[in-house]
Amino acid sequence: MGHVLTGSEKTLGASAVSTAAGFMGAIDPRLRIVAAAAFAVVVVACNWMPVLILGLAVSVGVMLAMQLPVGRTLKRMAAMDSFIIFMLVLLPFTMPGEPVFTLWGLEASWEGLFKAIAIALKANAVILMLMVLVGTMEPVTLGHALHALRVPAALVHLLLFTIRYIEVLHAEYSRLRMAMKARGFRPTSSMHTYRSFGYLVGMMLVRALERSERILDAMKCRGFTGTIPLLAKFELTGRDAAFAVAMGGVIVMLAAMELAHVLV
Amino acid sequence: MHIVDGALSSPVVIGGTLLAVGGIALGLRKLPMEKIPAAGVLSATFFVASLVHVPIGPSSVHLIMNGLAGLVLGWAAFPALFVGLLLQAVFFGFGGLTVLGVNTLNIALPAVIVHFVCRAGVRSVSPMAAAIWGGIGGGLAIALTTGAVAIALALSGEEFLPAAKLVFFAHIPVMAIEALLTAAAVYLARRVKPELFGVLDAPGGMS
Repeated sequence: MGHVLTGSEKTLGASAVSTAAGFMGAIDPRLRIVAAAAFAVVVVACNWMPVLILGLAVSVGVMLAMQLPVGRTLKRMAAMDSFIIFMLVLLPFTMPGEPVFTLWGLEASWEGLFKAIAIALKANAVILMLMVLVGTMEPVTLGHALHALRVPAALVHLLLFTIRYIEVLHAEYSRLRMAMKARGFRPTSSMHTYRSFGYLVGMMLVRALERSERILDAMKCRGFTGTIPLLAKFELTGRDAAFAVAMGGVIVMLAAMELAHVLV
Repeated sequence: MHIVDGALSSPVVIGGTLLAVGGIALGLRKLPMEKIPAAGVLSATFFVASLVHVPIGPSSVHLIMNGLAGLVLGWAAFPALFVGLLLQAVFFGFGGLTVLGVNTLNIALPAVIVHFVCRAGVRSVSPMAAAIWGGIGGGLAIALTTGAVAIALALSGEEFLPAAKLVFFAHIPVMAIEALLTAAAVYLARRVKPELFGVLDAPGGMS
C-alpha cells in the first residue's frame, strides 16, 4: 500500500486524487455516493463484453469531466493485489473450454480468457468510478454524507475519528522511523528487523492509546455528553438533478443493454 | 488481501455482506460513545501499519496486523477494520465496493477468532508467555484470512480453486512474519502498557 504515497503527499485528504474541479466538483456528496454504488452493482451484475467496455469508458469519461490528473488516477485504478493478478493470469488455464493456445503443454481456454478480461474490466470500472465520484470529496464530507444516508451515527463517528488521526499517527510513525534511522537501523530480512518493526507497531499502539485518553479528557472538559452533533446540511440543486438524470440514464442503459443481450 | 469487484459470484458477495453487516452491528453495540475515540485512534493505527512495508527476501510485504487488532479491539475489530478498508477503497483504489463486505469479513472475522483464542494467553503473568500467545494469534489470523479468501474464491467457481490453493501456500512466509511482529508488539505493549489488552472490554475502563 505504501507505494501509493509519494514523499510530500498527505496520507488522506487531498492525497488520493486532488480535490475535483470543474462542473462535477460541486455535485451533492450524497448523490455521488449513491451513483457510485448503483453503478458498481449494475456493472458487477453484467457479463456482456460490450457493456463492460462501455462501463469502463463511462468511468473514464467521468474522470475527465472531473479534471483529475489522468496518469496518477489510472495508475491507482490499475493497482491490484499481486494474488488477484496471479489469479487472473491463471484463469485461462484453469477454466475448461475451447482451447485458444497452449503454453508449456497447458491449454488456455477462450472461456477462461474472457472471464479474466471481464473481471479486470469490472474491477477497474467500479474502482475508478468510486475514486472519481467519492474519493475526490474531503474525507470529513464523506462521513457527513454517509450520516445523511442513514449510516449509524456510531460508525460515522468511528470513521471521522479514524480520518482525523490517520494523519497524526502517520506523522508519529515517520518520527519513530526517523529515530530508528538515526540509530543506524536499515531494514533487511532478519530477525532483528522483524523484532524492531514489531516494537515499532507496539509503541505506536501504546502511544495511540495514551493519545486517545487525552482526547477523551479534552472532549469531556469541553462538555462532551455522549453525542457529537453532525452539522453538515446538504441541499439538492438543479445541477444535482441534471447529474442524477445523466448518471441514472447511463446506468439504466447499461442494464438494458445487458438484459437485451441475455433475452434475445 | 483485497479481493476486487467482479471476481466473486453473487451468492458469495451477498452472504459475505450480510455476515459483515452483522459483525459490524455487533461490534458497534460493544462500543459506547466513551470508547469511540480509543477505537478510532486504534483503527487509524492499524491503517498506518498497513502502509508499512517489511522486507522479506528480495521482495517486501505490507503489514495486515489483524491478529493484533483482534487482541486489542475484540468485536470492535469489525467496524474498525471496515472503516480502514472503506478508506483504502475510496481514496487509494484498493479492493472494491461491492466486495467490501466480503473483504471486511475475511480480515475481521479472523481477528475476532484470535481475540477469543488468545485473550487469556496475552494476559498471562509473564510478558514472554504473552508474546508467544501474541505470535500464535498473529500467525493464526493471517492463516485464517488467507483461508477465508481461498474459500470465497472456491465457492465462486471451480476454476478459482488452483489459484486459491496457491494463494494459501504463497502466504506461509507472511504468516511467519506477522507472527514474529505481533509477538514483539505484544511483548513491548505488555512491558510498557499492560492495560492495552482489555481497553475496550471493561465498561468505563478508560484510564
